[in-house]
Amino acid sequence: MIVADRKSLEEIQEMIKPHRKLLIVGCKGCVTVCNVGGSKEVEILASALTIARKKENNEIEIDTTTIERQCDNEYVSQLKETVGNYDAVLSMACGVGPQFLSEYYREQKFYPAVNTTFFGGAVSHGIWEERCAGCGTCIIHDFDGICPIARCAKSLLHGPCGGSSNGLCEISKETICIWDAIVAKKIEQGRLEDLLKVRPAKDWRTARDGGPRRSIREELTR
Amino acid sequence: MSELKSGSNLEKVLKAGHFAFTGECGPPKGANVEHLVGKFKHLKGNVDAVNMTDNQTAVVRMSSLAASHIMIHEGLEPNFQMVCRDRNRLAITADILGAHALGIRNMLCLSGDHQSFGNHPQAKNVHDIDSMQLINLVTTMRDKEEFINGEKIDVAPKLFVGAACNPFADPFEYRVYRLANKIAAGADFIQTQCIYNMEKFRTFMKQVVDMGLHEKCYILAGVTPMKNARMANFMSKFVPGMDVPDSLIDRLKGAEKGKQAEEGIKFALEQIEEFKEMEGIAGVHLMAIEWEHMVPEIAERAGVLPRPVV
Ligand code: SF4
Ligand code: SF4
Repeated sequence: MIVADRKSLEEIQEMIKPHRKLLIVGCKGCVTVCNVGGSKEVEILASALTIARKKENNEIEIDTTTIERQCDNEYVSQLKETVGNYDAVLSMACGVGPQFLSEYYREQKFYPAVNTTFFGGAVSHGIWEERCAGCGTCIIHDFDGICPIARCAKSLLHGPCGGSSNGLCEISKETICIWDAIVAKKIEQGRLEDLLKVRPAKDWRTARDGGPRRSIREELTR
Repeated sequence: MSELKSGSNLEKVLKAGHFAFTGECGPPKGANVEHLVGKFKHLKGNVDAVNMTDNQTAVVRMSSLAASHIMIHEGLEPNFQMVCRDRNRLAITADILGAHALGIRNMLCLSGDHQSFGNHPQAKNVHDIDSMQLINLVTTMRDKEEFINGEKIDVAPKLFVGAACNPFADPFEYRVYRLANKIAAGADFIQTQCIYNMEKFRTFMKQVVDMGLHEKCYILAGVTPMKNARMANFMSKFVPGMDVPDSLIDRLKGAEKGKQAEEGIKFALEQIEEFKEMEGIAGVHLMAIEWEHMVPEIAERAGVLPRPVV
């Protein structure tokens, strides 16, 4: 899923400073699963902002709603009746949400309430980790299901680099060296020779480097 | 290893079977050419080639390409270092062509320390290709006279290609295979990370020799003399992939007051003596970091002077 972190209250306050009537829109997709932008978080943010503005003697009126998915116009369109009643709209979806909203409602002003960080999953309660960088040409089967593109700090295809120490990456003691894990798994499975070849330079055209991407499924466009 | 690949002094020294002795030099943190040239006088005549570091530890400095060119002008032979952190394949290829055009004949291929170590941690890192692919890219340009996209090169750059090897990074058992991979990618010579744990290094070299890797590539052992126990302690604790045994730290601590630097040099000299005899070792790479003025004395005491003229 797409993982995000909520922006600090101060940053959000600063963004919405000029507005007096606000709609906060949550999303029931990924951001609900990673506990950052679902209906619960929408309510928490709404009351935090209301209290903060009251303290400043600059009250704000906030309404809330949470839609199925903000990355789908079918659901985005459901805000048609209400969205115009506000000075601005704060989206708690990943970066896709406020963009779909802005594209659909051109007259309205939208703000992102979260920082979208990565594609990943929860490794334990309350901890999410990155797993994929969306490079567009998946090769994890060559590395026994482990992605060095997203998970090595240098996206090395031939690791581990000289900074790998005790299973940790040179960048911090909180980051595992994924190449250490790849090698360990290859050794464990008796397939070390898989790594003993020089891979050609990766074709990054399918990644972000090739420009904004688009997926077309002909059978659905008809 | 029959005919010369680049004709660099380093290549000729190694090919003639001499025990090579290379040095290292960091470009200035500015455009201070005088300061750079000042360092050269300690190295000139005392080493076969000098590594010119490339934004080492991700701290920005004068470009290694420009500094290498200044070095040639001053009559020394550079070993132009290139990291994959700061350039994509276009910039890498362009710089290799430029390097050859400027008379550079040795190049060392590195991934590069992560930018979080340096003075621009906010930077975007590139890593379009990694060090293994860089070795392959530059040897393809030399041997096939082609870019990695298959297009022909009009006057191909001929460089003697080096790579780094850190036998002390983890997992230890994989290190010799990674070295083998670099050699398969085309590395002509290897310079190792600074060695302090001699026992571990002997084990590593035994694996290297058992696999016959020393016959396919020249291996230069990395030596950095410790200035004092504090430096040893720091390297042991804070430099990832660095293995400094406690026994060395204790030895430095145990030296008489004001004699720790001398003890560090003594240890380096003992290492060099052992490397001269060690099977599979073709030379020493002396990295006297910000200690260039000690190079003449170390070279003299190590008995590697005068350097061969080939
Ligand atoms: S190889 Fe590419 S697509 Fe596959 S997990 Fe890694 S970044 Fe994602
Ligand atoms: S230490 Fe491991 S994960 Fe970190 S950059 Fe090096 S190879 Fe990649």
